[in-house]
Amino acid sequence: MENILEVNDLHVSFKTHRGEVKAVRGVNLTLKKGEALAIVGESGSGKSVTTKAIMGLLPKPAGRVKSGEVLFNERDLTKLSDKQMQKLRGSEISMIFQDPMTSLNPTMTIGKQIMEGIRRHQNLSKADAKKRAIELLELVGIPNPEERVKQYPHQFSGGMRQRVVIAIALACNPKVLIADEPTTALDVTIQAQILDLMKDLQKKTNTSIVLITHDLGVVANMAQRVAVMYGGKVIETGTVDEIFYEPKHPYTWGLLSSMPRVDSKNSELLAIPGTPPDLSNPPKGCPFAARCPHAMKVCTEFMPDYSDVSDTHKTACWLQDERSPKVEPPETIQVGGDR
Amino acid sequence: MANTVEQEKLIEVKNLKKHFKVGGKATLKAVDDVSFHIYKGETFGLVGESGCGKSTTGRTLIRLYDATDGEVLFDGENVHGKKSSKELKALNRKMQMIFQDPYASLNPRMTVEDIIAEGIDIHNLASNKQERRQKVIELLETVGLNSEHATRYAHEFSGGQRQRIGIARALAVDPDFIIADEPISALDVSIQAQVVNLMQKLQKERGLTYLFIAHDLSMVKHISDRVGVMYLGKMAEVAGSDELYDNPLHPYTQALLSAIPVPDPNYERSRERIILEGDVPSPVNPPSGCRFRTRCPLATEVCANVVPRWTEAEKDHWVACHIYDDEYKHDFK
Repeated sequence: MENILEVNDLHVSFKTHRGEVKAVRGVNLTLKKGEALAIVGESGSGKSVTTKAIMGLLPKPAGRVKSGEVLFNERDLTKLSDKQMQKLRGSEISMIFQDPMTSLNPTMTIGKQIMEGIRRHQNLSKADAKKRAIELLELVGIPNPEERVKQYPHQFSGGMRQRVVIAIALACNPKVLIADEPTTALDVTIQAQILDLMKDLQKKTNTSIVLITHDLGVVANMAQRVAVMYGGKVIETGTVDEIFYEPKHPYTWGLLSSMPRVDSKNSELLAIPGTPPDLSNPPKGCPFAARCPHAMKVCTEFMPDYSDVSDTHKTACWLQDERSPKVEPPETIQVGGDR
Repeated sequence: MANTVEQEKLIEVKNLKKHFKVGGKATLKAVDDVSFHIYKGETFGLVGESGCGKSTTGRTLIRLYDATDGEVLFDGENVHGKKSSKELKALNRKMQMIFQDPYASLNPRMTVEDIIAEGIDIHNLASNKQERRQKVIELLETVGLNSEHATRYAHEFSGGQRQRIGIARALAVDPDFIIADEPISALDVSIQAQVVNLMQKLQKERGLTYLFIAHDLSMVKHISDRVGVMYLGKMAEVAGSDELYDNPLHPYTQALLSAIPVPDPNYERSRERIILEGDVPSPVNPPSGCRFRTRCPLATEVCANVVPRWTEAEKDHWVACHIYDDEYKHDFK
């Protein structure tokens, strides 16, 4: 499968009153056509900043891409002008935000908000754009679309608003859809509806999805591949099965073990001690070393290189080095996927 | 844990109602005729989606809201009865609360020592400054912080640490009962586990009783001995936590459990979901009869006409659904 989006050695920094915060420190990602890639990590891991850099939505002038490239259709997005990016955003790459309450304009009808993107990027008449808006509302499962296009966001529930946001994102048949915590603000039963809708739409439109989330359940449900981020770096990447059933990085182990499962009867959760590193003064070595139960001397001094576990599975951990002691993952990891 | 402790009721909630007036004549029935009890030393989990009344129930239990009707008994004493300020103070000391947002629930202009010692001061639990400080340091150490944190301000701490301060504050007056309203939902996954483990450790050491309110069903299952499921101001089902998850009776509980994404790709690929249609109706104008009937895949005519009775369908497993009511169960296939 060909790569539709490639992020190579991306570095993003923010200027703050405390000095430079290195939020993203050398991230590599690839997104293949038609697949859903999940980026998981905790707050401050750099997952949102990475996608904002892809979209050219970093807050200016505080945040900037220091080095690296974002290749989309053989063009480096970090080199494009604001005007060129505007043409791309919404038509080729579009985004779904976390909070449907704030990502819609309360003073505009839903119809107008959907038509805005269509009219801007596609040469459609007003009447045709309206027709398309109604089609889109129908596509995302909103009943009475003819009536609903005339209504304002406050007349919609949270789940319905998120459907509208998805309709806007899909309005121009984008090739890449970036969904930043698309279901975090929703209740579980509504979350199930939206995840179903997104999977269904992905099948119908063959859009590639980058899904940002901290919920590993959502990852297991939606994604084909996963990148785990920590301290501004991707520390492990692989297919969902590799990440859930053959994880190699102690942080991934910790993440998987600290979530309780509905169908398990364990008495204590395996918590990861400590807190994530301060990226205004990032650690010299592996960012997880300070919290890692298997940390060695080398971990605090040098950042490990990526080692290949398989063709699709990579991790950056000194435990993969042949000179390191052999460490088994905790029992909470279901090696091989057996239950 | 439920089997080892004596089944003595610490909290008894009887037909509790909390209605709010909203603009004009409309009333929002946030909690409408809810009854349950909490045994001494157990953790009772309360789950439901936003707007189901779980937080209002918690706040009414501790008299942050005055109940519209019904009563709450704490160790046999009516929480909402007429009380002198002295009696109220004595009661407040036994019940404490941990809040959801660790950023909003700590006063940014107070030092950690003053935040934690506020209850100690109000209830005169320390005779001098030294004793007060000693108590604060002990509490900080109990929750995994240390003495040097006492002189700092809330903004100097991370979310997880702030929630630890909130827990220390609740523990300062040596309560019997703690209401934790979504104590971990603002925290990252790895930090959530730390806080939950701490709460369980403290429960063991101090024999605390918890009401744990959350929307994260897997965490509620993990920490609770018994769980109550609420929907639109009503209790839908109450059972032991393993029993509830292994054998959910109410169609709403069944849908809720099937909606949780499980971090296991193989399982996710093969599972069948019950996807509920539509949204939760407005609590200002709830559906007649059973409130879940507008989204219930099994609803029949009787559900629109009759409010379901609170029935013990199996031992210690209570449910409000006509399917389990001898009088109506023949209406369902």
